[in-house]
Amino acid sequence: MQLHTIWFVIIAIFWIGFFVLEGFDFGVGVLHTIVGKTETERRVALNTIGPWWDGNEVWLIVAGAGMFAAFPTWYATMFSALYLALLIVLAALMARGVAMEFKGKGDGQRWRRTWMWCTTIGSLLIPLLLGVGLGDLLHGLPINSNHDFTGNFSDLLTGYGLWTGVTLLSLCLLHGSTFLKLRTTDEVRERSRAVARPLGWAAIALVVGWVIWTRKVAGGPDVPQPCEVLAVIAVIFAARLAGTDHDGWAFSASAVAIAAVVGSIFIGLYPHVMVSSTNAAYDLTVNNAASGSYALKVMTVAAVIFFPIVLIYQGWSFHVFRGRVKAPPAQAESTPATTPAAQT
Amino acid sequence: MTNDLARWQFATTSIYHFLFVPVTIGLAFLVAVLQTAWYRNQKPEYKRLTKFFGTLLLINVAVGVVTGLVQEFEFGMNWSAYSKFVGDVFGAPLAMEGLAAFFLESTFLGLWIFGWDRLPKRIHLACIWLVAIGSMLSALFILAANSWMQHPVGYKLDSAGVPQLNNIWALFTNPTFLWGYVHVILASLVTGSLVMLAVCAWQLRKGHEVEAFGHAARISVLVLLPVILLQMFVGNKLGEIETKYQPVKIAAAEAQWENCQPCSFSAFQIGGGKNDQTPSQIIEIPHLLSILATGTWSGAVVGLNQLQKENEKKYGPGNYIPDVFVQYWSMRVMAYLGSLIVLLALWGAWLIHRGTLERSKWFLRVSLVAVVTPFLMNTAGWLLTENGRQPWIVQGLMKTINANSPSVTSTDIWISLVAFVLIYIALGAADLVLMLRYGRKELGHEDDTEGSGASGKGATTIPALTY
Repeated sequence: MQLHTIWFVIIAIFWIGFFVLEGFDFGVGVLHTIVGKTETERRVALNTIGPWWDGNEVWLIVAGAGMFAAFPTWYATMFSALYLALLIVLAALMARGVAMEFKGKGDGQRWRRTWMWCTTIGSLLIPLLLGVGLGDLLHGLPINSNHDFTGNFSDLLTGYGLWTGVTLLSLCLLHGSTFLKLRTTDEVRERSRAVARPLGWAAIALVVGWVIWTRKVAGGPDVPQPCEVLAVIAVIFAARLAGTDHDGWAFSASAVAIAAVVGSIFIGLYPHVMVSSTNAAYDLTVNNAASGSYALKVMTVAAVIFFPIVLIYQGWSFHVFRGRVKAPPAQAESTPATTPAAQT
Repeated sequence: MTNDLARWQFATTSIYHFLFVPVTIGLAFLVAVLQTAWYRNQKPEYKRLTKFFGTLLLINVAVGVVTGLVQEFEFGMNWSAYSKFVGDVFGAPLAMEGLAAFFLESTFLGLWIFGWDRLPKRIHLACIWLVAIGSMLSALFILAANSWMQHPVGYKLDSAGVPQLNNIWALFTNPTFLWGYVHVILASLVTGSLVMLAVCAWQLRKGHEVEAFGHAARISVLVLLPVILLQMFVGNKLGEIETKYQPVKIAAAEAQWENCQPCSFSAFQIGGGKNDQTPSQIIEIPHLLSILATGTWSGAVVGLNQLQKENEKKYGPGNYIPDVFVQYWSMRVMAYLGSLIVLLALWGAWLIHRGTLERSKWFLRVSLVAVVTPFLMNTAGWLLTENGRQPWIVQGLMKTINANSPSVTSTDIWISLVAFVLIYIALGAADLVLMLRYGRKELGHEDDTEGSGASGKGATTIPALTY
């Protein structure tokens, strides 16, 4: 395999890893007010992702930086084309990131409500808009011979892109609910189970529709490809298992579903990285967008050294905090802000 | 116009980002020092101090991290021509930064925050050190990338004239990088220790927990003193390196229009800009510029007028002189405030020697005010570095004017600029509210009631309700 193909795969893995890991963080962010009715329950819900969400977000940064290093033209064209969409993504990332840290550090209704909404809306917008962006890569955007985007914001809102965004959002919500079910107890867990069911049905419908549409957009055979079939099977399993007590299996299934959808986008793209709707000759491909072989070699060495180490310590962090999260007993219910534990 | 707006945006967002970064790097180190002290001496007040300053650290990290995301996206969004041109070289350290530093920092920060009662003490201590190391590593990679823009090395031009990386090692042994990196790390330690000192000063003046905050104040002074002394030397050395590789930058910082030998240093002047090259008011110190710029008593410094001619000959017509006013004063803000901090650190060390630091009203008062100086110096430092490189975005290879995204309009940038400014004001206000609140809070109690729940494998556990 050539180096630029290896790097295409690595970048796809980073995007998949990002959606699988941060996907449940987004789901929890949107759902925490639904599965948690009291302040303490909401804290419990957010605490299920507490130690990890920040590390999970790094997958996105590394995906972006990896594109910059391995495919500078892809990074430059995509990021400047998706300008206003990415602006909203950045605003959402900022609001949500700060909210996670700041919410518990102030008191007063307004302070908490403000950050609560930042978490909820931010968690909703990010997968939606990034999904639109990824869908657009495959659908094609107006790009000229110089690999510059020639359209405007409305050109980004392609039907296929929007469907991809909504599909990924629904999968993140389902993934978040199976995650919450896996990591909580009692009422919070029951409510997570309750929301997982309708979310599961919606996700099945969206994924099936997405697979059909993808077959039209991506070209090639009309028969769904293996990875797309996997996505459909996994989302059906996730939706069915979400109602049972097999929390771990339900979560695994929703993880596979999300991974398979994101993976399908990249499989559909290859060997393109960005399709030009203006002229097929202007498409960005792994060949014409890639860095030189020396740079790719250096990056490969760096990835081979660091990536396994990252997986080990991130995995260890998941292991350390593996138990279910539950509220501290008694008095904390009424005055969460003064819980001694809140001082960390 | 579009280009100017993109520049304003980058300047605004990166200066803002760098208000928080040095606090993070500096405080992470100091919190690790406090926790190490607790680990060794087992005195409860050190644990309380660790948690107290740890909270301040977390408040800053939150803003530092999210404003860093903007920087990472901004290259592609606003500067796509630049990104395409330099990605082959510049992208590698950025990707390494994510892989080697961001993962480390964020994963172990999570482990540290939630691991107080879950992890063995030794492992938990290692977590905060890994956070500190991660933050310093992140600075390492981004500065290697930035230094390449100042002094490009380790590349060859391909047939289309685009730089291609051919020696990664050269990026990390670039003299601009080596000295620049040490300069930034020292600046971060100065910032962290001055922030910690100011918080201690406030608490000590109120008479809160005099013993505990006295320890912390002494630790900050003892970190500050060697670091600021070393910084004066390193800053000077970096000036010499830049005189060699970016002579225009330093000549502009000295408003030195004509060649000179020996060169006197202008301590203060009015005028001396492009259109009136002879300043109307000037206080001069003989020989000092020669010493600073070349390290010799009577070294020669080439003036801007000659450098302009040389550059025109080499690169064609154009203005190759950055804004002299910005250069001149950002250099002096750093040098003068840095000298004042040296005095403050010496004063503090003398008070520690006499054992009266906690009670010295004036020292505590001055320390409180001194907290603004690192932010001014850090900002001035970046203005000097980045403004001094103009009109180049990559010295000698690409001009800033050609670097912005062709597909992005002025309207787009206006929208994003306004959005960022509004968001940053809100973030800054929230951060300040929390810093003031938690910086003036009483020291927490040592006995944690939070974590009796950690039990066996896979068991249900009760978390610290951090959020």
